[in-house]
Amino acid sequence: MNPVNYLYLACLLFTIGATGVLIRRNAIVVFMCIELMLNACNLAFVAFSRMHGNLDGQIFAFFTMVVAAAEVVVGLAIIVSLFRSRHSASVDDASLMKL
Amino acid sequence: MENLIALLVAAPLLGAAVLLCGGRALDRVGHLLGTLLAAGSFVIAVVLFSDMLGKSPEDRTFSQHLFSWIPVEGFQADVAFQLDQLSMTFVLLISGVGTLIHIYSIGYMEHDERRRRFFGYLNLFLAAMLLLVLADNYLLLYVGWEGVGLASYLLIGFWQHKPSAATAAKKAFLVNRVGDMGLSIAIMLMFTTFGTFAFGPVLDSVGDTSEGKLTAIGLMLLLAACGKSAQVPLQSWLGDAMEGPTPVSALIHAATMVTAGVYLIVRSGAIFNAAPDAQLVVTIVGAVTLLFGAIVGCAKDDIKKALAGSTMSQIGYMVLAAGLGPIGYVFAIMHLVTHGFFKAGLFLGAGSVMHGMNDEVDMRKYGALRKYMPVTFVTFGLGYLAIIGFPGLSGFFSKDKIIEAAFAKGGTEGWILGSVALLGAAITAFYMTRVMIMTFFGEKRWQPDAEGHEPHPHESPSSMTIPMIVLAVGSVFAGGFFSIGDRFLNWLEPVTGHDHGHAPISAGVVTGATMVCLVIGVGIAWLQYGRREIPVVAPRGSLLTRAARRDLLQDDFNHVVLVRGGEHLTRSLVYVDHTLVDGVVNGTAASVGGLSGRLRKLQNGYVRSYAVSMFGGAAVIVAATLLMRAV
Repeated sequence: MNPVNYLYLACLLFTIGATGVLIRRNAIVVFMCIELMLNACNLAFVAFSRMHGNLDGQIFAFFTMVVAAAEVVVGLAIIVSLFRSRHSASVDDASLMKL
Repeated sequence: MENLIALLVAAPLLGAAVLLCGGRALDRVGHLLGTLLAAGSFVIAVVLFSDMLGKSPEDRTFSQHLFSWIPVEGFQADVAFQLDQLSMTFVLLISGVGTLIHIYSIGYMEHDERRRRFFGYLNLFLAAMLLLVLADNYLLLYVGWEGVGLASYLLIGFWQHKPSAATAAKKAFLVNRVGDMGLSIAIMLMFTTFGTFAFGPVLDSVGDTSEGKLTAIGLMLLLAACGKSAQVPLQSWLGDAMEGPTPVSALIHAATMVTAGVYLIVRSGAIFNAAPDAQLVVTIVGAVTLLFGAIVGCAKDDIKKALAGSTMSQIGYMVLAAGLGPIGYVFAIMHLVTHGFFKAGLFLGAGSVMHGMNDEVDMRKYGALRKYMPVTFVTFGLGYLAIIGFPGLSGFFSKDKIIEAAFAKGGTEGWILGSVALLGAAITAFYMTRVMIMTFFGEKRWQPDAEGHEPHPHESPSSMTIPMIVLAVGSVFAGGFFSIGDRFLNWLEPVTGHDHGHAPISAGVVTGATMVCLVIGVGIAWLQYGRREIPVVAPRGSLLTRAARRDLLQDDFNHVVLVRGGEHLTRSLVYVDHTLVDGVVNGTAASVGGLSGRLRKLQNGYVRSYAVSMFGGAAVIVAATLLMRAV
């Protein structure tokens, strides 16, 4: 199978994720979209690794997974505390950081 | 012997310090202490003078270096004194007349509870004035110059409870500041031109300097002289300065301080000799002031202001003579000394008259005082004869010499200056005769003062009459003593130099013309005031009289041109400041503020909009990278 197709898939997933980040209001959904973008990147790394015949991309994919796991912990904690204090998980409600 | 020079200044300075810091404990002896120290200064001056007379004319310059004031690389200011024949003349005049006026003030200020302070200020004046004439460089001279200005300010405003005196003091100070600016600029110019401001090096290196620079320095020195010596255009303060106690008018505003300008010009003679344009301006200023002061003196009914106009006019003679160059320097100083005698005497006489007339100054309310104040009458009369130039008296010799020198200037210039000086002599005779007749002759026109006290004129105490007698003796004999055998000329010539000039008419003709002018002046005054009743209330008078009563509109001129002009200038500057300068500053601030207000809207707090900008930015970077790759 042509590895370029994996790259098309990665692009598609990334675009879906980015669109979700931009248009969805629910923090959990935004968060899942970010995960989708990260995993699209992982897929691209692995596909490139396969195309170039070395392991650099795969190593980077592992790094990304570790970072993503840590990010999930922090991100979910923020979303939970946000929901507890405001009784809403909408990112638009938390628009206090402005002049 | 030379070490005594510093004591000349130190004695009155010590007196000023003790009297002004000593407090009320010294109230009872303060006047005696002040007089004693002034007299001490005079005694030292006489000792130095006799020592100087014992030496040959070339060795008569004494100097004393006291200490280095500002020793900096490339800038050397010393406190050092130089006593030559010119300084000696001034020192004797200042300390001599100063001592006499201290003695006079003991009687005149007897009932003033601030007499101690008055003597402190007088001593301060003497110290500053002696410093001025003894300094061996222009910077130290400037210290004395400012010192006499300060003393003059304090003494004019001595009766500061009178608003008129306080205002007059301020006016004198401010007008003098204009002149002082001239002196400071002149000193700066000297420093940049010659690299020093000591008399010796500056005056010796005049020959190597361009005429333009010397003219600039000369004109600045003239501005300084105009301020201190009340010459046109900085003359307006002298009339008001008569608000001060009369001894102050006699000492500071007649005999000594106002002649400092003449001293400055004569001392800087080498500069003026090399700058004929500056010299011409000096003579013009002298000639204009001579007539200006004389005309003002004719119209004033206030005896002191009439004498102030006369002082202005006589100093105009001196400045005119000083502007003539080596032809006139000696005669300027000679007239200065004789004027010091007779004008101080006249002022002291006026003070004596006021003392006996409940401090009335209006001559229209005097009359017939000769019977009641015989000593004052005789001494004032001798001063009067001296100032109008009655043959044989002081003014005759000194003024005649100036008129001769003016003619000897040569050319059209000489004729004009000489004629002005002659005309001035006629006007002098007129206004002084007027003062004399209105005060001492005619009928009594005495009026009760504001509290209803009738005046009871009486002769003043001996502490006042003795100085008047001494000054009257000086007024009579000084001129003859100086002129016979050219004593004064030989004495001063080594310092100032002398040149006889080319007189177009002989000395005898000049003297004859002066006598004719004198007779005409006295005659007109007698016809006007001696034969007719003098009205107690001044008649309206002609246009010229009314203008002269207002000091020939000098204050109006200053008000319209300088005060109004200054106001308009500041207003327009404020307008420019508000519109242009503030406009630029405020405009910049407003545009930055407006721009940031618009940019601020981008910070709306929505995470998604930040994400858009992030994605946008990333897309731009990627596109740019690809573009670079393609190129």
